[in-house]
Amino acid sequence: MKKTLFLLVVSVIVFSIPSCANKNKDTTQTENTYSGIMPDKDNAGLKLPQGFGALKAAEGLGEARHLAVTKEGDIYVKLSDLKNGKGIYWLHDANGDGKAEQMKGFGNFIGTGIYIKNGYLYASSNTEIFRYKLNEKGEVINQDNSEKIVTGLIDRHQHESKSIVLDDNGNIYVNIGAYSNSCQEKDRTKGSSGRMPCPILDSAGGIWEFKADKLNQTYGVGIRYATGLRNVVGLDWNTDNNTLFVMQHGRDQLHDLFPDLYDSKQSAELPAECMYELKQGANCGWPYIYYDEIQHKKILAPEYGGDGKKTGGEDAIDPVVAFPGHMAPNGLLFYTGNMFPERYKHGAFIAFHGSWNRAPEPQKGFLVAFVPFKGGKPNGDWEIFADGFAGTDVIQSTNDAKHRPCGLAQGPDGSLYVSDDVKGTIYRIIYTGR
Amino acid sequence: MKKPIIIFALIVSCIYLFAQQSSQLQASKARGEKVYEQYCLTCHQKDGGGVPKLNPPLIKTSYVTGDKKKLINWVLKGSTENVLIDGKYYSNNMAAQDYLKDNEIADVLTYIRNSFGNKASAVTPAEVKGVRATIK
Ligand code: HEC
Repeated sequence: MKKTLFLLVVSVIVFSIPSCANKNKDTTQTENTYSGIMPDKDNAGLKLPQGFGALKAAEGLGEARHLAVTKEGDIYVKLSDLKNGKGIYWLHDANGDGKAEQMKGFGNFIGTGIYIKNGYLYASSNTEIFRYKLNEKGEVINQDNSEKIVTGLIDRHQHESKSIVLDDNGNIYVNIGAYSNSCQEKDRTKGSSGRMPCPILDSAGGIWEFKADKLNQTYGVGIRYATGLRNVVGLDWNTDNNTLFVMQHGRDQLHDLFPDLYDSKQSAELPAECMYELKQGANCGWPYIYYDEIQHKKILAPEYGGDGKKTGGEDAIDPVVAFPGHMAPNGLLFYTGNMFPERYKHGAFIAFHGSWNRAPEPQKGFLVAFVPFKGGKPNGDWEIFADGFAGTDVIQSTNDAKHRPCGLAQGPDGSLYVSDDVKGTIYRIIYTGR
Repeated sequence: MKKPIIIFALIVSCIYLFAQQSSQLQASKARGEKVYEQYCLTCHQKDGGGVPKLNPPLIKTSYVTGDKKKLINWVLKGSTENVLIDGKYYSNNMAAQDYLKDNEIADVLTYIRNSFGNKASAVTPAEVKGVRATIK
């Protein structure tokens, strides 16, 4: 008995020493950390540049697509699969530790797009856009009462998600993806030629503009703002030059469909995933051309007589940034916060969902990239900002990725939020300077 | 004395037939793997796990290990519709694979029915031919 007591006392003393030391460290960490929020010990599993940390603000939301953060720091997440019958989740961190303790679902529709502007929460299904009035605390006043802003948008199985963003002049922009890979007579079928002209472009394959406060608008009143975009999931309004920027998902299967022109290695790299700056009326060239980031040229699509070398698309604009193929950019955000170091301000963060079309080569993406910008123009090469979402180094099959970045949002303190649509983790990336 | 010999002969021929069948299955599966790599792997992935929300897995799905006619029919026709596959929807299109020969389809289906943890009977070229005739 005495012996046990002695051992107990000794072990209490021994174990309390390092924990004391830890405590000291914790307090200094708190002092250095913006708004007192601590990164998770393992930075939520992410690899980040020096001085940054990350925590999981929430977990288990399922298919968390895009997200929006209020001035008060509450988070709204749009889901592409209902969780407990709900398609939008409101997350609230009551005790200020950065982790959401309160979660409430509402809205019975699935979808991708969500955006806050002028006292409203806008959210999209795959065919419609709704909005909910917010109170002065950024909370939805009546969760059962939404206004339908846009209706009747095309959803034909493929590239069905609708992403949204608003400008400062009362307009809302929505992506309507092309329900096709490359506008062949028969989609994704070897030997099937490209349709000329591509009839899909009349009602899809572009960005449409609507009024942000008019009810029940459809194609008739909307403006086709930009065309020749196969599918856009990430988009944002750049307030430095008042322009819409989008990320296009480039076409798939160059090798599968044209094995004589492209080997599987070329097919994994090509075409580029492109960032476009869109002025009204812009044409980005899909399906007639794709952008080759190695030759730095617009190349005629093989369905339209191309051979991998012939150029085309004289009327199509060039991308402002070209990334390696198939990485699937699903989120775009221009950083306007004050938390991150100066070089990040005005720059673009891009959430890459990660590829599948690079097979049999290993997959790529599953990361958040950064491109420095000045005055609305890139002024440096793209770089990896946050990596490690997949949880494994080599990703042979897309399913191996434990998490896939999808949406981006900026918090009122300048934190960067990243959503994951595999398990529904919400990451919060902060700058601690350590 | 004769009886045991007959029984012995029966057992031997059974084993022989079984072995032959399983080696036929193995050969078909090996050829099928090549077809899979060339025509299916990009979408359904090397491990047959598919791509979440986009391309369905081929692991123990009701299509892959279920009724052969239904499976052959699916692969010959492809799909551009919203189809519920074991409780989930997938949003990519699958092109009709009818350009493949009967024996290629038989091989690739034998391969997927006996890979990725699946175990199901082989598909024969004659079965593919039969289903193809009902489509055209
Ligand atoms: C372009 C991508 C693509 C290619 C190539 C492709 N598939 Fe599919 N496959 C799909 C998609 C997408 C679906 C689901 C379609 C839907 O829901 O409408 C599917 C469904 C299936 C299904 C039924 C559902 C299931 O998961 O059990 C089978 C079986 C199948 N594919 C086998 C094959 C085989 C065998 C090949 C090669 C000969 C092949 N696929 C090539 C994309 C593809």
